[in-house]
Amino acid sequence: MKKFWKNASLRLKLGLFITLFFLILGFVVYYFPHTDPFPNNIRMKNLAPSAAHWLGTTSQGQDIFWLLIEAIHNSLTIGFIVAAIGTVVGVLVGLISGFVGGWVDRTLMVITDTFVVIPSLPVLIMMTSLMKGNSTVILLALVLAVFAWAWPSRQIRSMALTMKERDFIHTAWFSGEGTFQTVVTEILPFTLTWSLSNFMNATLAAIASESGLAVLGLSPGNLVSLGNMIQWARNYNAIMMGRWNWILPPILGTIVLFVGLFMLITGYNDYTAMKRGR
Amino acid sequence: MKFWKYLGLRVLTWALTILIGVTFIFFIPRMFPSDPVESMIGQMQARSGQMDPAAKEALRTSLRVQFGLEGSLWTQYTSFLWKGLLHFDFGPSLMSYPTPCGEIIARNLPYTVGLSMITTIVAWCIGNFIGLLAGFRKNKTSSKILEGIAICIYPIPYFILALVLQIVFAYVLGWFPLQATIQYNSGTGVFISTLLKASVLPALSILLLGTGWWIISMKSLSSTTAEEDYVLYARYRGLSEGKIGRSYVFRNSILTQITALAMSLGGVFNGSIMTEIIFGYPGVGTLIQGAIMQSDYNMIMGCITISIVAISTCTLIADLIYPFIDPRIRYS
Repeated sequence: MKKFWKNASLRLKLGLFITLFFLILGFVVYYFPHTDPFPNNIRMKNLAPSAAHWLGTTSQGQDIFWLLIEAIHNSLTIGFIVAAIGTVVGVLVGLISGFVGGWVDRTLMVITDTFVVIPSLPVLIMMTSLMKGNSTVILLALVLAVFAWAWPSRQIRSMALTMKERDFIHTAWFSGEGTFQTVVTEILPFTLTWSLSNFMNATLAAIASESGLAVLGLSPGNLVSLGNMIQWARNYNAIMMGRWNWILPPILGTIVLFVGLFMLITGYNDYTAMKRGR
Repeated sequence: MKFWKYLGLRVLTWALTILIGVTFIFFIPRMFPSDPVESMIGQMQARSGQMDPAAKEALRTSLRVQFGLEGSLWTQYTSFLWKGLLHFDFGPSLMSYPTPCGEIIARNLPYTVGLSMITTIVAWCIGNFIGLLAGFRKNKTSSKILEGIAICIYPIPYFILALVLQIVFAYVLGWFPLQATIQYNSGTGVFISTLLKASVLPALSILLLGTGWWIISMKSLSSTTAEEDYVLYARYRGLSEGKIGRSYVFRNSILTQITALAMSLGGVFNGSIMTEIIFGYPGVGTLIQGAIMQSDYNMIMGCITISIVAISTCTLIADLIYPFIDPRIRYS
């Protein structure tokens, strides 16, 4: 740990710090006792920030601070679900494709390439607009996951292909290890570092897609997410009325979260590259 | 000989990719429980009161024909492939009936393509130039600052950046209109000046994000190239830094970026949709948004089919050109 801290670049440390901060907001602070911020009209409307309401209230009488905390919680949760499904499926498909080869490989790759090529946003728009109104968080996450597995599987496949030719894999073959055994003990550890960075990337992409859909009014209407919070503030003309304590927290929150996660990803990639001695 | 085999296989994959993509698009809406025809009739009844059953039945049949929902799934599918994919005929648009979707898309496409092509290419040039400098001289303070800025801008989602630009330049400073208003019928001069005014903010948002990405990728490419043995050799030969930068590092690291440019030109649809919607810029993005709002399924299918064809064709071209640019790559 101490060694890690010494070798880590400033970017990695900053990214780690910001990400941790958001994780604490979304998964620790979130569980602190508070009243449900979502219901309308149980608080005073349009309050300025105060000790009782740290960021004030919306024109619907919702507490902005707790709304923000809940939005961070939900956005991160969606991101993690999508990234987990995408990474696991992607790694599996990529490994199978790379190691089995032959027609299995060709079929899987054509399907994968299709999903890389299909423009995700229009299709997501179509799918969510078809379930307008009655989609749930889980359903939304599943729909987003449809586009999260193709890229990792392509990457993992090419990693598997180059690794197949490495000496230590030949050694494993000749010492009598089966395909499955080789994949699990020799290849998987190599793909783990990559998978971790892909997981963070996919989280980022999923949160971005969800917020994009929210701005189009296609995210579930009762889901408190960063995108929906921005969309609600836009809908109720928070910008026109100069209610900066309402519109800015979700926008700034999203920007800081994204920059932080991105720094963590690139910093982590540099760190692992350095550890491999490059 | 080897080239022809490669070409044949690559074109086959291209056709298969488009076919699978379009098939996916075709079956997804048909798997959902909601029926566009019924929801449309429901909307009409909500607007203009109950219809008598015979008229409703006639309307239902004619709507089914318009939506391409007549006959078995198989006939629907083959007719969609034949008309939609091969002739780009997606039937009449339902929001501006009876103009064909193809015609409306063709009318909107130049705006999207013009905006995103120009911004993507400009971003590519600026980004690669800065990225090259930052990667080649990576220990200079200016390189670090430039890369830092790129890292802070690139990860921001399109629409958030668009919103921030909108708040700053349209609400706070008031330099630009909130929503794009283009005057089509008051002469060419007025048309061009309003179009330019409407394009500045969308272009700026695509430009900022695009440049960020090209800086980051070019920086990592050129900093690895700068450590290659042949660069070291060039230094030992006593070549000037400028010459090394131009003829050794730049020429070797720009290769990957050319393919990446071709691919990102294909992907303009994804990025421009959000930007267009936020600024109300009249392109395919706003067209898709309108189509969703009014459940114009023919139009949605049309836009998505065209974008799938565009993206896979760009990738195909990129793959085919690459070996000509980079002699180290052989067709295999």
